[in-house]
Amino acid sequence: MIDDTGIAVAFWVIAVTTVVCALMVTAVRNLIHAVLFLTLTFVGVSGIYIVLSADFVAVAQVLIYAGAVAVLLTFAIMLTPGADRLNSETAFQGPAAVLAGLVLAVIVFVTYDTDWQIDEGRVSFAATATALGRAFLGPYVVPFEVASVLLVTAMVGAILLTRDEEEEEGTGA
Amino acid sequence: MPEVLLASVSLEHVLVVGAMLFAIGLYLALGKRNAIAVLMGVELMLNAVNVTLLGFSRFVVSPRPLDGQVFAVFVIVIAAAEAAVALALAVAVYKHRETVNIDEIDLLRW
Repeated sequence: MIDDTGIAVAFWVIAVTTVVCALMVTAVRNLIHAVLFLTLTFVGVSGIYIVLSADFVAVAQVLIYAGAVAVLLTFAIMLTPGADRLNSETAFQGPAAVLAGLVLAVIVFVTYDTDWQIDEGRVSFAATATALGRAFLGPYVVPFEVASVLLVTAMVGAILLTRDEEEEEGTGA
Repeated sequence: MPEVLLASVSLEHVLVVGAMLFAIGLYLALGKRNAIAVLMGVELMLNAVNVTLLGFSRFVVSPRPLDGQVFAVFVIVIAAAEAAVALALAVAVYKHRETVNIDEIDLLRW
């Protein structure tokens, strides 16, 4: 439990902004606007990370989501110019809304029904980047290396998928 | 006493915010017609999971509380790889079919 009033106010302002922006992603009619609201949601989520004193993850969130993923989504929309830009729903809209509501209800019920083992004495973490770096090169070095191989594979795969083969033949490469 | 409830941040509050983001992401992923909008929903769900992980990392009793943040960084890495490959797939499908409407991409339908 964080009792500091300033942090609590910040959390609630950020939380409401984030959820409203996420709802706007579903509501706006233009896909480009949806991407802009999604970017705002990502920034809001990084604010929540800061409230939870996860400074390194918050910075990574802004860099990767609000930076890279938002640009990637914008480019994907602009590279499909003939596609429908309306942010329209399929026939599954109703069942999807019902299912999402049910999932939300179940998670909220379980959240308040569970007796969480809260560490009341824990204060905010100090700067976490050093500790995370030690964890990545210590106990988590194997997953860390696997993640780097995965990233390279994904990037090469993305290039391979979008490559224009006729152009490649033309240059004789 | 709702004032007291709102003047603090507890694990339950963080989990409810995460659940709301997850539900919105699920609705986007299941209900939208454009493949890129579906991917936006998936990204939102992964973000909601990260909020939950960091909430547990901050509040719950643990011998190594920072492990939740390590896991969150791995989730971000996987999400970045997923976004790159999935958007490349969407662009590749568009090149062949001139559409990213998931109702029309039904070549493998039984």
